[in-house]
Amino acid sequence: MLSIKNLHAGIENKEILRGINLEIKAGEVHAIMGPNGSGKSTLSAVIAGNETYEVTEGEIDFENESILEYAPEERAHKGIFLSFQYPVEIPGVTVTNFIKTAINETRKAKGLADVPAKDLLKLIRDKAELLEIDRKFLSRSLNEGFSGGEKKRNEIFQMAMLEPKLAILDETDSGLDIDALKIVANGVNKLKNENNAVLVITHYQRLLDYIVPDFVHVLHNGKIVKSGGKELALELEEKGYDWLK
Amino acid sequence: MDLKEKLISSFLAFENTSAADAGIHQIRTAAFHDFEQKGFPTRKDEEWKYTSLKEVLNHDYQILTKNNTSDIDLNDVRKYFIHEIDTYKLIFVNGVYNSLLSSATHDGMDICVMSSAISKPKYKMVVDYYFNKIVNKNLHFANLNTSFTKEGAFINIPKNVVVSKPIEIIYFNTGEDAELMLQPRNLVVVGENSHVQIIERHQSVKENSVLTNTLTEIFAHKRAIVDFYKIQNDLDSASLIDNTFVSQQKESIVSINTFSFGGKFTRNNLEFYQEDERITSNLNGFSLIGKDQFVDHHTLVHHKKPNCESHEMYKGMFFENSTGVFNGKIIVDREAQKTNAFQQNNNMLIDDGASINTKPQLEIFADDVKCSHGCTIGQLDEKAIFYLRSRGIPEKEAKALMLYAFGNDVIEKIKIPELKERITRIIAKKLNVDLSLEV
Repeated sequence: MLSIKNLHAGIENKEILRGINLEIKAGEVHAIMGPNGSGKSTLSAVIAGNETYEVTEGEIDFENESILEYAPEERAHKGIFLSFQYPVEIPGVTVTNFIKTAINETRKAKGLADVPAKDLLKLIRDKAELLEIDRKFLSRSLNEGFSGGEKKRNEIFQMAMLEPKLAILDETDSGLDIDALKIVANGVNKLKNENNAVLVITHYQRLLDYIVPDFVHVLHNGKIVKSGGKELALELEEKGYDWLK
Repeated sequence: MDLKEKLISSFLAFENTSAADAGIHQIRTAAFHDFEQKGFPTRKDEEWKYTSLKEVLNHDYQILTKNNTSDIDLNDVRKYFIHEIDTYKLIFVNGVYNSLLSSATHDGMDICVMSSAISKPKYKMVVDYYFNKIVNKNLHFANLNTSFTKEGAFINIPKNVVVSKPIEIIYFNTGEDAELMLQPRNLVVVGENSHVQIIERHQSVKENSVLTNTLTEIFAHKRAIVDFYKIQNDLDSASLIDNTFVSQQKESIVSINTFSFGGKFTRNNLEFYQEDERITSNLNGFSLIGKDQFVDHHTLVHHKKPNCESHEMYKGMFFENSTGVFNGKIIVDREAQKTNAFQQNNNMLIDDGASINTKPQLEIFADDVKCSHGCTIGQLDEKAIFYLRSRGIPEKEAKALMLYAFGNDVIEKIKIPELKERITRIIAKKLNVDLSLEV
């Protein structure tokens, strides 16, 4: 599904990613772990198409097609979803209206008509229930005044609505207490199937207790320095990152 | 002949034909005398420092419009009405009242025209009492408007009346005369405990140059509530100078909401005078302009008595080489203790060529007051744009959503749902997106 080869990227002449290689197949859950400043968030931003970063070398293929030339919205239309570490607050746009816009713009790009309002409302209700989201929450302004947990849950709600092929969860566990963490992880697990894939980006191991990865990669200084199974995460938890440097 | 000379000769001709309105003859003459002496303001004038009239005045405007009703097809102009709801309507075409398109009333209140108010004896008392009483005589264009007072909306609501439907005042310019100067004059008197909603609009139907110099006086008596909406969304051939003066009595609430999307040149002079205690004045502005457009808001709130409030919120969005001006003056007299005065002016410069000149001006002579003002100039947040795009919303739509969100607290002030929807649609059209933005 996703194939990254020798990816170099940076910002204003400062190289952050220095040759990343990563293969993710449908049905798999991958985790990328690493200390602060290792390039984890840069990697997720570059995959999603953030134009702040410049790709200087290498390739990102999604479903056997290079996506480097695609705009963020085009990548979203192809099925890439990024859950933000710090979701942006947008006063005056309700969660419902936002998701309606996102879904209909995606459909427009595919030459499809808008989803009938009634169907959309039903879908919203179903997904909200799945993620234990209060209905009142949906008529609030997007992320405005949301707690950390609400913001993250809202991200997963959007993911549930957009049904991406590849979901990248960037530090989804940061700022969550254990109950919120469980709800979020539970939501991700319910949405997971053999046709989609998840890339979890995290500093700590604790999220991986709930979203169990098939593969764990350690990112250090812009490179993947070690890959392994889920037991690698436990090892990192125990030993820290220093032994890999 | 330049415009001033032309106005002088037109005024002489005008006064000769307006003998019937003798009641205001002296007021008109005095105002014209004042204009004749001062002429048009220039950029040396502090209040016009950032606003050049050069292009606006450099036209061969026809000053005195013909009296025959110009034809206008309802189907052509229907879209400018809030036609989803029933309203009172005062419709003018090229400065002349159009009774066919209008829906006036004398049933328990007067929603009719200025020409009859200044000529008929039964209105003499009202006109004598209110006409030109709160106009700022230092304003060149206000004096000019007074000189040529002839037609406009006359709204007189007695006490204890909740006007059941909004009043729409629309001035059309059909472009039959090559270039036109229009000077509508409105008088709104709202009695004790009464409540009225008014929508005002100036609209060109064809692209000939038009300069509208409009003046509105609003008197709100005890506990009266007035919601006034100005829709400024004209063609690029149109220039508008709006002079609005509000006088408020005890516990009245007056809100003036100005939505500026163009024409070419727009200058708003909006002045509030609080004459008693526990008054609330609301000034809301939403400006969204683009190529070669200019919008200027000059506001004044004069707090004269204790325990009053004013809330001012102006949001501006400027594309391409457009320019905005905001000048918000607040005066708190020594006597006006316990005043709460809030002013906010937030601006977004979208493109490199856009600019805004913003100036809060607070003159506070009382010591026990709460006054705050804040002004910001910013750009669209790239992070937020990326966030929206990563959800599949294209760049243009993402920016539109962000701007809509930015201006939302002003849009939220609109109390007529159909009008709110209309404004939202104008915004979507201005931003060139097909989004249902309503919340």
